Amino acid sequence: MRVYRLLLRLFPASFRAEYGEEMQAVFAARRLRETAVALWAGTLIDILANALRVHTDLLWQDLHWTFRVLRQSPGFTLTAITVISLGIGANTAAFTLLNHVFLRPLPFAHPEQLVTVYQTDIPNHNPRTGATPPNFVDWRAMNHSFSSMGAYIGILTPMNLSGQGDPVRLDAATVSFDVFKTLGVQPMAGRSFTAEDDLPGGASAILSNHTAEGLFGSAAGAVGRTVRLDGQPFNIIGVMPPGFAFPWRDTHLWLSLKSWDNRGNRMLSVIGRLRPEVSLTQARADLEVIARQLERAFPKDNAGVGIGMLELREDTSPQARILVIAVSAGAFCLMLIACTNLANLLFARAMVRKQEIAVRIAIGAARERVLRQLLTESMVLGIVGGALGLVLAMLATPSLTILVPGSLPIGGIPEVDWRVFAFAAALTLATSIAFGAGPALRSSRNVDLNALRSRSASGSRTDRLRAALVLAEVACTVTLLIGAGLLLKAMWRVQAVDPGFRAEGVLTLRTALPIATPPDRRDQFYSRILTEARRLPGVTSAAYISFLPMTATYGNFVVTVPGVTMAEETRAHTRFITSDYFKTLGIPLLRGRDVSERDNSTAPKVAVVSQFLAQRLWPGQDPVGREMTLGSNWTVVGVVGDVAVRGLESSSLPQAYFPSGQVPPSLAFYAPKDLAIHASGDPASLASALRQIIRRANPEQAVSDVQLLEDILASQTASRRAQLRVLVTFAGVAFLLAAVGIHGLLSFAVTSRTREVGVRIALGAARGDILGMFLRQGLVLGSAGIAVALPLAYLAARSMTSLLFGVQPNDPLIYASAALLALLMTVAGSLRPSLRAASVDPALTIRAE
Amino acid sequence: MDAASFLPLPPVTFHILLALADEDRHGYAIIQDVAARTGGELKLSAGTLYRSIQRMLEQGLVIETRDRPAPEEDDERRRYYRITKFGIEVARAEARRLTQLVKFARQSGFAAGKA
Repeated sequence: MRVYRLLLRLFPASFRAEYGEEMQAVFAARRLRETAVALWAGTLIDILANALRVHTDLLWQDLHWTFRVLRQSPGFTLTAITVISLGIGANTAAFTLLNHVFLRPLPFAHPEQLVTVYQTDIPNHNPRTGATPPNFVDWRAMNHSFSSMGAYIGILTPMNLSGQGDPVRLDAATVSFDVFKTLGVQPMAGRSFTAEDDLPGGASAILSNHTAEGLFGSAAGAVGRTVRLDGQPFNIIGVMPPGFAFPWRDTHLWLSLKSWDNRGNRMLSVIGRLRPEVSLTQARADLEVIARQLERAFPKDNAGVGIGMLELREDTSPQARILVIAVSAGAFCLMLIACTNLANLLFARAMVRKQEIAVRIAIGAARERVLRQLLTESMVLGIVGGALGLVLAMLATPSLTILVPGSLPIGGIPEVDWRVFAFAAALTLATSIAFGAGPALRSSRNVDLNALRSRSASGSRTDRLRAALVLAEVACTVTLLIGAGLLLKAMWRVQAVDPGFRAEGVLTLRTALPIATPPDRRDQFYSRILTEARRLPGVTSAAYISFLPMTATYGNFVVTVPGVTMAEETRAHTRFITSDYFKTLGIPLLRGRDVSERDNSTAPKVAVVSQFLAQRLWPGQDPVGREMTLGSNWTVVGVVGDVAVRGLESSSLPQAYFPSGQVPPSLAFYAPKDLAIHASGDPASLASALRQIIRRANPEQAVSDVQLLEDILASQTASRRAQLRVLVTFAGVAFLLAAVGIHGLLSFAVTSRTREVGVRIALGAARGDILGMFLRQGLVLGSAGIAVALPLAYLAARSMTSLLFGVQPNDPLIYASAALLALLMTVAGSLRPSLRAASVDPALTIRAE
Repeated sequence: MDAASFLPLPPVTFHILLALADEDRHGYAIIQDVAARTGGELKLSAGTLYRSIQRMLEQGLVIETRDRPAPEEDDERRRYYRITKFGIEVARAEARRLTQLVKFARQSGFAAGKA
């Protein structure tokens, strides 16, 4: 019988209370007549099947009731669902991103063992430089800490792939054979590089899955094929698995590293995999010993050179980090606001329904049934809101991808994270249950006959709780407003930075010639393209440069002045250009002349320097006619204005320009690639004509990166704009929610105090006083919220100083504007209920009693 | 509520109504009555019975009665159920429906007897 009683617990309590005893009696009667086996088998099936049915019956009833109730108050229903879906949606999207970027382990085996290793050059204020190939080879041989080490060139090499339909530009990474081994990733088809591949001769390539599928239809179909890259045949020996992205997200293929001798060229990035038993500290000590040994062995190249190390996961710029964190913090703020708002909404509703519930319990409805109904209602709201939130998150996540730092070896669009979604959903569901069913039920526990009788039923404790919730909402809103405001101001400042060139009316594209192209062929190509491009209608000037400003940060070489020892090393941002480059980009020529076609390989070597470089090398003197050394000696023939070559937010390096006809063989990588055309009409309309010109000049030449210079400039602030859009949206939603919260709170207060107001008016209170009384209540809450928010906002702002681009984290204008907005919101939210209070008819309310 | 809207009646419901036709019964008595009537073919389980009764109470087909048998026959845990007027109406409607069906079956030769 005990077992049977236990089984009966499977039925809902109301059913059990009603029929439990009788069912036991039936069971007892049966026990006398049936065998144990038949009795228990029958009983078990009976109870399981029927309990389930009784539960579903109840659920249907409750759902039916819920939908009826929710339809009766569409305003409440819509608001609740909107609030829940916004909270869940924003959070799921933002934390999916956060998780994707920072928390999720890198997509490699034992990612915690992976580190980047680099050279330091502290005497020259260079805390991080690339490693020279011989140094890397020595590190790899001498260390006791790494199970594997690999090196790669951090710059992708653009290559023309021909022979497969239209020529395409592919970005190739150059890696030592052990990079894949270090990462612990093997090709999905074919084989990986071996030590032999790093030796001179032989040409093997490994394709990314995406590239292989694009070119050959499948990974397996690509292996064993030969492709022509920059005119040279390469064997495809393998294809990497989908999603593998290293060292950059858009790497198309990998070639093996062949140049190993130059002890002066700090060109390599190095990754290592720590042995499982070796700690970071031990590895650092090990590298330190190696650095000192190499310094003694090669004093010329390794004087003062140390070895630094970072976890691979940490290897992102702090700015990219804060960008994502700020968005996530904003989302969390919104979540809190959504939850408080929901709580408030449900709380108010529960208070109103206290009466209804008390009635139902008084006429004999089981508490359990009432609880089930309330829970069903909370769940329905939660589930519908959650589903909408999920849709919202799925829509929003791809647009947040722009915030993923390109330097991380993670590919693709982050997929909505189910754990994050579950967390957000659980939080809102808990809120809706705690504040929806909870208070209603608490009030029903001691069947509150007062609730039956009177309508003025708000205790001061619940009032305080609701006020605290609204206060928290206002505080979160103001914090968000200030954060968004500061970032907005920062972005205006970034956009106001003078890039040093004119972006309007300039179309750009890239024709990356094979590095091995002989200089005369290269010059012929440029000159043909430029001559024909200049003839196009509307074109005012056209020129080639190695890399357009803001598109590449590399190519910074040490420059000196013959016979002068300088206290500090000067590095110049080095570019090779054709004539008219300055004219095309509107860079002012301050002194001397531009480079020209006559500055060819047989003519004297000349250079144009930026003002900044001129000041660094020859302070207070006229640089024209002077000599400087960069590899060899160059005579300065002109001075131009400075350009923010490294982007709007980075301090610029001094710049040096050299004629395209004088590219030294060692710098062939920097031979001009980027074409810039300035036109009076719409430059974008010239793209197809330009493609035709290039195809006529060389049908195998790929054209890529066709874009307006304005777009390049705009991409400088793209991630900021994306972040700001998100935060401003959050702040806007928070703002609305907080206003709804204040409105709801005051409406409720007015309703529950109608009688008091009626009495006051009857006793002679002026309507204005009543209006003031409720408005004041709203304003006190609003001001308290603002007061709480200001220090919070300051803390938040200080932690993102590096994003603020010089805007002070306590910028008074922003704080004042946010506070003012919040006050306006408070007034707007309070006005309607306060007016309603002031228009109470004392005769009516008192009669109602 | 219209009796026709309950048709066709679930067999268990019909049997319970039949069991209550002549007298008020408690749950176990209903089970026994149904078993006897069907020659042991239909043995209602406790769960099925009370789930049906719960629904029938809600639908107003039966009520719980406060009239109890003589104390020596009574067990205080037992609840007694009585068919309502509406219950009788519904049972009759169901019976008519079934008769009609049987008539059709005879016409088609599926059942023995006169059409």
